[in-house]
Amino acid sequence: MPRTLQALLPVLAALLSIVVAPAMAQDAALLASGEYLARAGDCIACHTAREGKTFAGGLPMKTPFGTIYTSNITPDQQTGIGMWTSDQFYQLMHNGRFPDGGLVYPAMPFGSYTKVTRADSDAIYAYLRSIPPVRQLNRPHDLKFPFNNRSLIIGWRTLFFNAGEFKPDPAKSADWNRGAYLVEGLGHCGMCHTAINALGGSSESQAFEGGLIPMQNWYAPSLTSNKEAGLGEWSIEEITDYLRKGVSNRGAVYGPMAEVVYNSLQYLNDDDTRAMAIYLKGLTQGTSPEKPAAPLPSAESSLLLSLGKQIYDRECASCHGAVGLGMPPHYPPLAGNQSIQMVSAVNAIRMVLNGGYPPGTAGNPMPYGMPPFAHRLSDDEVAAVVTYIRTSWGNRGEAVSARQANELRAATLN
Amino acid sequence: MAARVLACASCHGPEGEGTSDVYFPRLAGKPAGYLYNQLVAFRDGRRKYPPMNYLLDFLPDAYLKQIAEHFASLRPPFPPPAVPTVSNETLARGEAIATQGDPQRGIPPCASCHGSSFGGMEPAIPGLLGLRASYISAQLGGWRYGTRTAIAPDCMQIVASLLTEDDVKAVAAFLSLRPAPADPSFARRGSLPMPLACGSEPN
Repeated sequence: MPRTLQALLPVLAALLSIVVAPAMAQDAALLASGEYLARAGDCIACHTAREGKTFAGGLPMKTPFGTIYTSNITPDQQTGIGMWTSDQFYQLMHNGRFPDGGLVYPAMPFGSYTKVTRADSDAIYAYLRSIPPVRQLNRPHDLKFPFNNRSLIIGWRTLFFNAGEFKPDPAKSADWNRGAYLVEGLGHCGMCHTAINALGGSSESQAFEGGLIPMQNWYAPSLTSNKEAGLGEWSIEEITDYLRKGVSNRGAVYGPMAEVVYNSLQYLNDDDTRAMAIYLKGLTQGTSPEKPAAPLPSAESSLLLSLGKQIYDRECASCHGAVGLGMPPHYPPLAGNQSIQMVSAVNAIRMVLNGGYPPGTAGNPMPYGMPPFAHRLSDDEVAAVVTYIRTSWGNRGEAVSARQANELRAATLN
Repeated sequence: MAARVLACASCHGPEGEGTSDVYFPRLAGKPAGYLYNQLVAFRDGRRKYPPMNYLLDFLPDAYLKQIAEHFASLRPPFPPPAVPTVSNETLARGEAIATQGDPQRGIPPCASCHGSSFGGMEPAIPGLLGLRASYISAQLGGWRYGTRTAIAPDCMQIVASLLTEDDVKAVAAFLSLRPAPADPSFARRGSLPMPLACGSEPN
């Protein structure tokens, strides 16, 4: 090697490191951003099977139309998305189309992900390219006729799908817009909190008005009505606690929402959580409407109430207090708790039957659990105690019947 | 900790001593490693019992470990042994399997892994005392039919598949009649012969 070149080597190396180091730092920042956004989109919850490899898919998702198996989104070249370009990835997120133009079943929430910006889609793409590839063939879906015909998706798309990135509202604050972007886009909250109709679609005019989640038998409450999960009367701190820790002074998350907090929301930073809280609080329309008075108790329902009180005092009062004040955040208050007074009594009945743990999160790593009572209380007793809770201490819910309690004993648990 | 795990109490008793329901097992005093393996298996769906799968769905490993250690540390009194409902012949058959196995059919004695007093071994082999016959036979049935599985090699699946229904009935009856142990502690790690490889208790 000529001397001059040898002498130049350290100089060259130094030059290279100047060029390479920022590129690597930029790469690391892009991957970190992609990982964070993938958390915000909760990709892992559906694209990882139980005891399966992360992002290798294969999770069965039961729908009214049959079972859909989620796909492998690791960068394996044969069975994953290793051959995809960032354009093709964006095409899926934005338009719900595979690289070959094929239509994606709307179990993948592209109706929400369409709002994600190209830059964010590219970051998620870069992150998914960086994870370990897993060779695992996608399992064919098991859909009933006629839903196994993918061309039906065309009709569904005409009715329910509008492609388009999120457009900030210049009249609103930066926080509000950031919150709206996360809630409506990656968060895909509308997938559960907007009612699903018989065609498996949800109408934009009913966005966030709540609905029963098909197959799971949990009710996803309205985010727009203060009579349900509308957050108009909650403080920003109560909302951020609820979203990040899974418990708050108003109530705790259980069921499908516990999954969302566990896999996704607990990882969001302070600013984004706060932005979501601001947007969600603003979703409620005006002040809380006057609650309807509970109907006067008939002889039958007063019997129900006295039985309900007896059970409450024996089984519930030690944690939730004699007058339903609870000991927040670990023992949620029942008096004034919106989720107990909603028209749908499904969640309240299920909590009594099945109990539940809020998710273990960084902000609440050792949650307190509510015991199940399915094996200790009869249908009549469940109906009585739920009716008592829904109508006492100023609560204005309606009575529930033993039949409702009985039906929910058969609900799928997980 | 007791307040955090009240959700467990309605089926397993406030101290994990069990309740009157014969299918809900005693948890207290089982080795923490065993309890932790079961909690993880229920959370991840390997062991199937929907009420348990549902409750544990979103609890992280670290917390499951604490729950396991909590119940492993408790020593509530044992229930009085069951009243015999099977013949002496059946009981003798159960005792033979539990203490000597059936070498001709390749069945190892329960005692070879669970200890001569059936108290279990650290870290992950459970004691077999204080359990009802219905629970024991339901678990052996679960292994035979594949509804209960453990990390491979799943030694109990092999053992259970070698047992006949009469064997299961006999061994469940024998174990449920054992009196409370004088010393309710488990055998030291590695102190028992363990004739089969066991994925839950790596040697």
